[in-house]
Amino acid sequence: MSDADLRLLIVDENLARAAVLEEGLRAAGYRRLVVVHEMQNLLRRIVDEEPDVILIDLENPNRDVLEQMFQVSRVVARPVAMFVDQSDASMIEAAIDAGVGAYVVDGLRKERVKAVVDTAISRFRAFNKLREELDRTRQQLEDRKLIDRAKGILMKEKGLSEEEAYSLMRSAAMRDNLRIPQVAQGIITAAGLLR
Amino acid sequence: MSVSTPVRLTVGFMPLLDCATLVVAERKGFARAEGLELALQRETSWANIRDRLAVGHFDAAHMLAPMVVAAALGAGQMNVPLIAPLALGLGGNAITVSGPLWAAMQAHGATLGAPPGAQGAALAGAIAQRRAAGEPPLTFAMVFPFSCHNYLLRYWLASAGIDPDADIRLVVVPPPMLVTAIGSGQVDGFCVGEPWNSLAVATGLGCIVAATSDIWRRSPEKVVGVRRDWSERHPEVLAALIRAVTRAARWCDEPEHHEELARLLGAPQYVGVPSSVLRSALGGQLPFVQGAPPASRPEFLEFSHHHANVPWPEHAAWIASQMERWGQVAARPEHDAMARAAFRPDLYREAVKDGIPEAVPPTVRPEGLGTFFDE
Repeated sequence: MSDADLRLLIVDENLARAAVLEEGLRAAGYRRLVVVHEMQNLLRRIVDEEPDVILIDLENPNRDVLEQMFQVSRVVARPVAMFVDQSDASMIEAAIDAGVGAYVVDGLRKERVKAVVDTAISRFRAFNKLREELDRTRQQLEDRKLIDRAKGILMKEKGLSEEEAYSLMRSAAMRDNLRIPQVAQGIITAAGLLR
Repeated sequence: MSVSTPVRLTVGFMPLLDCATLVVAERKGFARAEGLELALQRETSWANIRDRLAVGHFDAAHMLAPMVVAAALGAGQMNVPLIAPLALGLGGNAITVSGPLWAAMQAHGATLGAPPGAQGAALAGAIAQRRAAGEPPLTFAMVFPFSCHNYLLRYWLASAGIDPDADIRLVVVPPPMLVTAIGSGQVDGFCVGEPWNSLAVATGLGCIVAATSDIWRRSPEKVVGVRRDWSERHPEVLAALIRAVTRAARWCDEPEHHEELARLLGAPQYVGVPSSVLRSALGGQLPFVQGAPPASRPEFLEFSHHHANVPWPEHAAWIASQMERWGQVAARPEHDAMARAAFRPDLYREAVKDGIPEAVPPTVRPEGLGTFFDE
């Protein structure tokens, strides 16, 4: 996707400022912009518009409403870039170093707008990737534990070697179209019932 | 008093009654006596507070205790380690419902000032009736996903058999917008800190059904949050801040100072609501409904009593357990220790030893977690 195709949702109750920002974004080459002036039904608007980035005024207390939406539904979670009228040159770098996906920027100077949007997206992607990897690693660890316990049960009950126990579970999984951890869970549950 | 140039700290805060100790630390000379100058910066959202602290705009900030725990567990959109070396008080929130919902609850047995269990049962009755009549679910609001308001409201609802994720809609509304939201029917009830409950009552738009001190006596609420790396680089400055705020908290708890404190906080740069609305809750007097005499809740909000300034790891652990209970984080055995480690009574203890020996806390919270209404 080229930058020009990114969908940007601007949330600002201040009409004049939203207009300046919109102009800055258009000048920076973004064509797909939606401006929202009121917060009612914001979740609906996010779902409908499917923005790639949300830009919100830092002075808008509804930032906390967005946080809740992201917390409740990862489906609507989006990178958020914030903008204020004053600028602090070291701010963006500091924010990125600190690992924050949203930061204070000089949103109204059009030459800065693109950099901000780009960083918001890259931070968000990096964060999401990290979270997914963490989830996956944890799942693998859980699976590992289940398989080990089920193997132990089969080895004891059926007098199998470790390798034989594993291969028995694998063939059951293939036959019944299950994942090995699911088979392992079944064995553990059944063993508990039969004890 | 220090004669050298004070160290200037930028401190973010939200316009709420419990920013009082920070305001008093600066305005009544407690910070200056420790060689500090607090540049207090009012913010509009908790997310801004967190981000500005994380990127170094703020040296310290008025924060919801669960925000520090969320950072420790990696639950929010942020991974900068924060610590709570100091708490800003115990309690101070209440649950308020709209006039129409209060009428419906009364029809199911609610009475003014009744214990939380009875009020919850009445709410459950009103919800069942709405459901039977095919009416849409009620909407309740709180102020931030990682807040004790969220967890105490959920605790109270769940104890009455109300599933906060299925039987009602639970949304976030920023505190200054809550009174309008309840007046316009956008929300039917909310859990928030003062002065917003009192203001809803004073305008005749809401009725307080429970103070959170009724639900959980001496519950954790706000803390001073700082970045962990900042605390390691500036141990002496942090210790001075802890002492200044601890002394300010003692000043705030003195009844003879409440008049002055209400006037101070009423100013537009701080909370910006009439001081009469702030004054009542400071003395533990909560107006439950417009026109009625206020109810007495002497432990409604404590700035200093009962070791209110100690960031107890017990509290952090409870908060982590609620994050797991409500699915904000997956249940992990290691969360308990991670949450506890972010609350630093050791730093508090070291700081107050030097000059305020009477504030040195015991190593374990004497009352443990304290008492919940349904125990």
